[in-house]
Amino acid sequence: MIALVQKAAEEQSPLVPPLPELVIGLLAFAIVFFFLWKKLLPNINKVLEERREAIEGGIEQAEAAKEEAAEVLKQYKDQLAEARHEAARMRSEAQEQGATLIAEMRAEGQRQREEIVAAGHTQLEADRKQAALALRQDVGKLATELAGKLVGESLEEHARQSRTIDRFLDELEEKAEAAR
Amino acid sequence: MQKELAVSADQMLAFETDCHLFDGCGFTEVSPGLHSFVFEPIATFGGIHFNKTMLLALLGTIAILWFFWAAFSKPKIVPGKVQMIGEAGYDFIRRGIVYETIGKKEGEKYVPFMVSLFFFVWVMNLWSVIPLAQFPVTSIISYPMGLAAIVYVMWVSLTFKRHGFVGAFKNFTGYDKSLGPVLPMSMTIEFFSNLLVRPFTHAVRLFANMFAGHLLIVMFTIASWYMLNGIGIAYAGVSFLMTIAMTAFELFIQAVQAYVFVLLACSYIQGALAESH
Repeated sequence: MIALVQKAAEEQSPLVPPLPELVIGLLAFAIVFFFLWKKLLPNINKVLEERREAIEGGIEQAEAAKEEAAEVLKQYKDQLAEARHEAARMRSEAQEQGATLIAEMRAEGQRQREEIVAAGHTQLEADRKQAALALRQDVGKLATELAGKLVGESLEEHARQSRTIDRFLDELEEKAEAAR
Repeated sequence: MQKELAVSADQMLAFETDCHLFDGCGFTEVSPGLHSFVFEPIATFGGIHFNKTMLLALLGTIAILWFFWAAFSKPKIVPGKVQMIGEAGYDFIRRGIVYETIGKKEGEKYVPFMVSLFFFVWVMNLWSVIPLAQFPVTSIISYPMGLAAIVYVMWVSLTFKRHGFVGAFKNFTGYDKSLGPVLPMSMTIEFFSNLLVRPFTHAVRLFANMFAGHLLIVMFTIASWYMLNGIGIAYAGVSFLMTIAMTAFELFIQAVQAYVFVLLACSYIQGALAESH
């Protein structure tokens, strides 16, 4: 410690700056500062700016692509919805048509059935009437013949003129109708 | 001046002494001291001695320029490795210190200065652990003092330019009416603190850190050698481990001191730009 103090006393205080070193230090710093200030930092600033622009350009492009994709997606969705709508419309149309067709067929069938039934009824009525007519004639003739035989004289002419038989039969018929 | 010295750092740092523990040789005979910061001149030009510190300062300047030239002379939008490192360093000072303290708008024009200042101080500190050099240039007070003087001139002139003579005076003295009767005292203290103490502490903070750091490393290095005798080998091992630990610690301190030096420079400038209260 004593030696240290002695040495310190001999030497210059470390807080007193040696002049040549001060000059060299300032000079060295000035050189560094000059090159960085005038040449190198403007260089890198320019590139940093360019890079920023490039990145921003990239972002813009990406945004444009995104917008386009969204547009395409929207179109696609619209088309899909339209197609779906169309399909639904066609389906309901077909259903409607089918239903109409069935109803038409049903109506036609009904009509044909009724026609057939009506034709049957008409035929039946005609047959019945014919049968009744034939029967009336036969029965009249038989009754007249029988009565003639019983009375002993032909009543045929008289009967035909008086139409008694017919009246009688009509009465019978009316009775039967009423009873039914 | 330096010629008058009995011993210089060059002689002491070379492990040529036969002075060891238990040999009847005291540690004071080899211990580092102020002489560890003085070097024999390498050459003399017209009465001016060119010594190791100056050589390291110039080599450091070349190293900084070489690096930034490699990084920024032909910069590319997609950066290479060197450019990427350079950009990281540049951005650290620009955004991390200048924009943070002075602000982007006002600070922009101080960026080149602050970037230069940081890398200059850092590289000059780094010499402390570079093999063969192993001496922090900034442990010679001239270098921090020169840089602190530039910063001092910058912020003082800036204060006058910004606020005029009266405004600058108020800025230096921290004029604040609300202080009332304490105002004269506070103004006196502020005046001394800002204009006289500030540049001194700015320079000495860096100098003293590097000075002490170098002294510690040299001390443990020499002690390792000194104790390398008999049972002392065990102590020497511990001392050697301490040398390694201190070197690692110094690496950290070097960066921190460079950072602090620039941060203070920025805050002084910010103070000069600030509106008076």
